[in-house]
Amino acid sequence: MIAYIIQRLLQSVLVMAAVGFVAFSLFAYVGDPITIMLGQDYNETERARLAAQLGLDRPFYVQFANFVANAVQGDFGISYRLARPVNAVIRERLPATLELSLIAAFLALAVGVPMGVYTGLKRDSWLSRFFLTVSLIGVSLPTFLIGILLILVFAVILGWLPSFGRGETVQLGWWTTGFFTKSGLKALILPSITLCLFQLTLIMRLVRSEMLEVLRTDYIKFARARGLRDRAVHFRHALRNTLVPVITIAGLQLGAIIAFAIITETVFQWPGMGLLFIQSVSATDIPVMAAYLCLISFVFVVINFVVDLLYYAVDPRLRVDRGAVGGHG
Amino acid sequence: MKIQWAALAAATALTIGLAVPAEAKSFRMAVAGDANTMDPHANNAGNTTLILRQVYEPLIHRGQKLEKIPGLATEWSNPSPNVWRFKLRQGVKFHDGSTMTADDVVFSIQRALAPTSDFKLYVSGITEAKKVDESTVDLITSTPNPIVPDGLPRVHIMSKAWSEKNNVQQPQNFRNKEETFAVRNANGTGPFMLRAREPDSRTVLVRNPNWWGWSQPGMGNVTEMVFTPINNDATRFSALMSGEIDFVLDPPVQNLEALKRNPKIKVLEGPENRTIYLSMDQKRDELLYSNVKGKNPFKDVRVRQAVYHAIDAEAIKSRVMRGQSVPTGSMWTEFVNGYSDSNEKRLPLDRDKAKKLLAEAGYPNGFEVTLDCPNNRYINDEQICVAVAGMLAQIGIQAKVSATPMGTHLPKLQKDDTSFYLLGWGVPTFDALYTLQALIRSRGQGADGSFNYGNYSNPKVDALIDQVKVELDLGKRRQLMIDALKLHNEDVGNIPLHHQMIPWAMASNVTAVHQSENQLDLWWVKVD
Repeated sequence: MIAYIIQRLLQSVLVMAAVGFVAFSLFAYVGDPITIMLGQDYNETERARLAAQLGLDRPFYVQFANFVANAVQGDFGISYRLARPVNAVIRERLPATLELSLIAAFLALAVGVPMGVYTGLKRDSWLSRFFLTVSLIGVSLPTFLIGILLILVFAVILGWLPSFGRGETVQLGWWTTGFFTKSGLKALILPSITLCLFQLTLIMRLVRSEMLEVLRTDYIKFARARGLRDRAVHFRHALRNTLVPVITIAGLQLGAIIAFAIITETVFQWPGMGLLFIQSVSATDIPVMAAYLCLISFVFVVINFVVDLLYYAVDPRLRVDRGAVGGHG
Repeated sequence: MKIQWAALAAATALTIGLAVPAEAKSFRMAVAGDANTMDPHANNAGNTTLILRQVYEPLIHRGQKLEKIPGLATEWSNPSPNVWRFKLRQGVKFHDGSTMTADDVVFSIQRALAPTSDFKLYVSGITEAKKVDESTVDLITSTPNPIVPDGLPRVHIMSKAWSEKNNVQQPQNFRNKEETFAVRNANGTGPFMLRAREPDSRTVLVRNPNWWGWSQPGMGNVTEMVFTPINNDATRFSALMSGEIDFVLDPPVQNLEALKRNPKIKVLEGPENRTIYLSMDQKRDELLYSNVKGKNPFKDVRVRQAVYHAIDAEAIKSRVMRGQSVPTGSMWTEFVNGYSDSNEKRLPLDRDKAKKLLAEAGYPNGFEVTLDCPNNRYINDEQICVAVAGMLAQIGIQAKVSATPMGTHLPKLQKDDTSFYLLGWGVPTFDALYTLQALIRSRGQGADGSFNYGNYSNPKVDALIDQVKVELDLGKRRQLMIDALKLHNEDVGNIPLHHQMIPWAMASNVTAVHQSENQLDLWWVKVD
């Protein structure tokens, strides 16, 4: 068990280092931050001065070594664009992204699972067909288009919901939340729908196909033969068995939601990390981009790690096999 | 005279009545990008200045016609060639309640001169700021400099005591890896005070009831301004359409027609103080990006003229810019000192003549060349290049458009790694020397030729420009600038295309004064 964990941990570290290196090398191609910072009043002395200030006059490997040494201590330097420490900026944006992502993930599960169960059980009802058709739209339309369509309908035409921003927020320590104000809650609706739609349809289709699969098994037939009511068969026996893969996928999708919040945040001017990243790209704000990419890869690595551990805990076969392999070696 | 007194009396009465408007007028504004900092001397970017100009004030303001009008200085003079003397407005208070003094002005000018300042350009030539007495400050220049006052409207005055207390005597230095107090706090003398600052999310300004300027005629009634950056074009447009925003400084060009059709919205259009132009490598013996080997076609003035004759600026205006441009033969706009109608005329569209010129120059079948172009900096920049390439194809020049973001485009130019490029140029000093020096003069010391990546060079033009630098007679100086541009235009040193138009969109109950620097002066905004 310990050897397994250590092995997975080492792999995670390796992945992080690789991401860091790739991200950092990419920055050589995104443009020159100094040009952006100096603009029209550019001249050579100014350029040299700023390059020295930012440490950009040093060779690539020195810059990378510095970056890693600082990043390990959690220091990502100072944002070129905002002139503030990257950590502080990210900490300010984190709550917005996490609130949006968690609400979206919750919506995807809370709506996706029942819809999947329903369409699995009542395959031929018109409502099932309707759900499946709608889910096709969710899978096939790009996120930004869905967001803009929602804005058009609910903000411009109907005027019910705000088209941008997070509304009023309440400060709880360093965390800002939109959960406690009316405008904050209203502002959450459109972005969270936009963000969850893809995952929602994914989960719905997954649950549906798993349900169809499980309902065909002997185990269900025996349950019915035992005279159990439909309700117990469907929910206690069938649904439970479908949930194992659903939870795995949902866990991994949470990482995806956080990462792909970029598009939703840009469309709704949601002041989270994704929007920060996009704005940093256009300003070639290397420290923020590096920190963001590292953070996102960290989220994925952690989720993967946890999922791996869960497998190990949940699936006894994995343990037996490993032990057997170890014995032979 | 009687009428004036009556007007004055009325204005005073109004002032007393309006000093604190009975009704709170909130004004919600959106722009694609946010201000980068609240430090008045750290970042010379349009979005940053847009907020700071409401909070901080310069010695000299610009009026509705961009004329220089008294700001924190009530009068200024040039008592001796190297000295500019400013009489300061008395009784002006900073937002923290302290009184503005000559020490604050001296401190601010010196802060703008600091190595980490991004506003050195506007105080260039000034070597020292000196307090003469409590209400007088002298700015000393190294050489006689007639245009010192023209840069000052961009130089904001800070409180010395406040800066010392908060340890922000110098503009942001990126070597100190921490945030300075001035990044998110401000203490100016201006008409609005900074109430809240959440970068990329929201900035709130409130009316400063003690501002000295509210008593002037034509002042607006905004009591609170909420500034929201909205990056996405469609969302910014939607926010205005749905009434969540009152004013958008940069409405998407593709949505202008829809905005104009909406009765609840009005669009205010005017030219920006910025000129879009093409430039060609005229120095190398062989172009870097062309199929012509062993010689450089652009060295031949006939080829440059041919390119000029082939370009249909009116078509670019109607098709690419949807009417939002002013085709021009000048390298600067009418707002700039040194502008003359005589330099405005373009070489006419004449493809036959262009072909003939090409043939005479030895390129009857044209040639290939790469046209470098930004794709995120100016309105429809990439599309302009594509249109130009199409027009050049008609006379046989095959221009391959290479469009990249400005962050890549400009460094490429700065390495002289180009044969043919598009760029835009604004004139923040409103004086043509700024353009002549950077774009037209041969490479030399300092700003000379600093953006002249085509390496256009004419010793006669250089001599005129160097004369402009030292000429103190404003009339003569102006004529020198006009003459220099005339010579440049005869050489086709660069090919100006158009002055960019900037539309502003706002709710129909908002009245604003359009301004060619694309900056909104909030104190003139009225909300009905």
